[in-house]
Amino acid sequence: MQYMLGVDIGSVSSNFVLLDQQQVVQAKVYLRTNGNPVQAIRTGYQLLNSKMPDEASISGVGVTGSGRHLADIMLGADVVKNEITAHAVAACHYAPDCQTVIEIGGQDSKIIILRDGIVYDFAMNTVCAAGTGSFLDQQAARLGIAIEKLGEESLASSRPVRIAGRCGVFAESDMIHKQQMGYPMSDILMGLCEALVRNYLNNVGKGKKIAAPVVFQGGVAANRGIRKAFEKALKLPVAVPDDHDVMGAIGAAILAGEAVAASRGTRFKGDNFILQGEFQTRSLDCQGCPNLCEVACIMRDHQVLSYWGDRCRKWETTLKPARERVVV
Amino acid sequence: MKVTFPHMGFMHIVVKSLLEGLHREVVVPPPISQHTLALGIKYAPEFTCLPLKIGLGNYIEALESGADTIVMAGGWGPCRFGYYAQVQRDILNDLGYDFQMVILEAPDSKISQLLDQLKRLGEKVSFLEAVQAVRFAWYKMAALEKAEQRYLYTLPRTIDKDRAEQLWEQVLSHIDQAGSRKAIDDILAQAMLSWENLPRHHEPLLRIGLVGEVYTVLEPFSNQNIARSLGRLNAEVTNSVQLTEWLNDNLFKGHLFKSRTTHINACARPYLPCSVGGHGRETVGATVDFAQQGYDGVIQVGPLTCMPEIVAQTILLRVSKEEHIPCMTIYFDEHSGTAGIQTRLEAFADMLRRRKALQADYSDVQQGGNVCAVHARG
Repeated sequence: MQYMLGVDIGSVSSNFVLLDQQQVVQAKVYLRTNGNPVQAIRTGYQLLNSKMPDEASISGVGVTGSGRHLADIMLGADVVKNEITAHAVAACHYAPDCQTVIEIGGQDSKIIILRDGIVYDFAMNTVCAAGTGSFLDQQAARLGIAIEKLGEESLASSRPVRIAGRCGVFAESDMIHKQQMGYPMSDILMGLCEALVRNYLNNVGKGKKIAAPVVFQGGVAANRGIRKAFEKALKLPVAVPDDHDVMGAIGAAILAGEAVAASRGTRFKGDNFILQGEFQTRSLDCQGCPNLCEVACIMRDHQVLSYWGDRCRKWETTLKPARERVVV
Repeated sequence: MKVTFPHMGFMHIVVKSLLEGLHREVVVPPPISQHTLALGIKYAPEFTCLPLKIGLGNYIEALESGADTIVMAGGWGPCRFGYYAQVQRDILNDLGYDFQMVILEAPDSKISQLLDQLKRLGEKVSFLEAVQAVRFAWYKMAALEKAEQRYLYTLPRTIDKDRAEQLWEQVLSHIDQAGSRKAIDDILAQAMLSWENLPRHHEPLLRIGLVGEVYTVLEPFSNQNIARSLGRLNAEVTNSVQLTEWLNDNLFKGHLFKSRTTHINACARPYLPCSVGGHGRETVGATVDFAQQGYDGVIQVGPLTCMPEIVAQTILLRVSKEEHIPCMTIYFDEHSGTAGIQTRLEAFADMLRRRKALQADYSDVQQGGNVCAVHARG
């Protein structure tokens, strides 16, 4: 059995999926990056590997997310893709007639407008991370509620309170104030959900025509309160795929399938490379010019695999890749 | 008197040549670095924009290396820039630096007023020498622009992108050192040939117009070298602003050559009939112009808090729809992380490619030619 591996290394979570030839998800792993992407890639791969049937093998790898270049170095990817394209591809796979994708992850939120199955327009949050997963995490922790329960809890609300959504700090002080006034927790939580949705629609969705079908994905899509708030604000049904938390990885795996079909063989480095040997990251301050770039480097058993972070590419270009790859 | 000035792209090469032609000793500020920016951020008001902060950093570094006179463009443009020279002067005075600041103002009516200002900068310079200095500096600038255009043309088309970039760096330093028109011509010819000989690929190309606030367009440090990142994504970048044009419009009041401003303003008219300060109207007009030239997309850049660009950004929503050109806006500030910008650029390039492929398929169908299926995914 031939499987495609899709990997999405984000700021908060790292996701792994295996797709079979019919593009059905056979195994998935969702884990927290916890600020250590190298470890997350190894653990995630190991977990996924243990779920894989014995006779199966990986015939292609696609990576996405802000840690995609790291994942490429450690796994050997056939496709290195930005999150927008990966999410759009996955959404089209889930709902081929989909016109709008709302994606809210750990630190990014995006809107993707699709027409006839291609990305027609997109936007990402720019100045502020209010309304993303990290902020919800923080508020759940402050209120002593498990993040998984936040959505359920808010659904019990009948009269959501109004909370300022323009800024994470304003929202928090508003919530504290409303708590002190004695409003029930569920109304405050629903108020928070609505505030975040308003923030999203005003900042990220500004000027975009949001048409049905709408697909909502990313880690925050698990929150049913946010979903309900979106449906209320948009007056449209909002669909959440079963695998909403690993859609980026699914998109990367589908793209890897296309890339492998067009070329010969895969660049996948295999179990031995990934699971054995010691991966280490280091940083050094380049003294070459007043930029004093912090150059990061990743090594496997004292062999340098890659440098990055140098503006002038002085370090990067010391390691010429074995074959030139077109990035797009 | 040791003269210095702020950086903006390769302007330092031109200004250095000009001032040396006026028999002045020149201290070029060290290349803009994180250190420059850190100095600017430390001493400038928090809410001011990136150009003021970087410029301030340039002055401090130059004054530390011995400069005692600062030349800065003034202007009475409605954007805050017109007042930056004065603000920077006051900040530096407060910091206790001893220097003189010369602010070049655009002449009200006559070009000779500007030449007078320039002549006063010089030491024992005849009017003829001043004119010669201006003309030689202008020659350098024109050569640099020609080379830059060729570099931006070659980068997306070649396989050896590292070499294309090295050649551009070389051109910059060689033209800086060139002492005669003949030398400049030789350097230019040599570079053109080297770029021409780089190995090419046959991947499809994109053409992207870069519009927005002039400093952010022209200074690679302030836009995280967006032209290079896009070139590496096989996208050819065209700047809406050229240094020669900007100086012609702002310092020489369009006396040097026929300005494109009339055309750009005419393009902007259906969307924005009046000036909104800074480069707001030019941003809108240039976007329309790029759309009419058949570009695949437009990227608007500006420093965070830039009011004219914020106004233009809102209008670009309508331009994008009516002129059928995808637009993306990126604001730059002190953040140095490149991952976010890179993701947006890659996604934008991806989108343009897929849209282009789809359009090509549609037009094939319309022409009754080679009918191919509309790709769901390219």
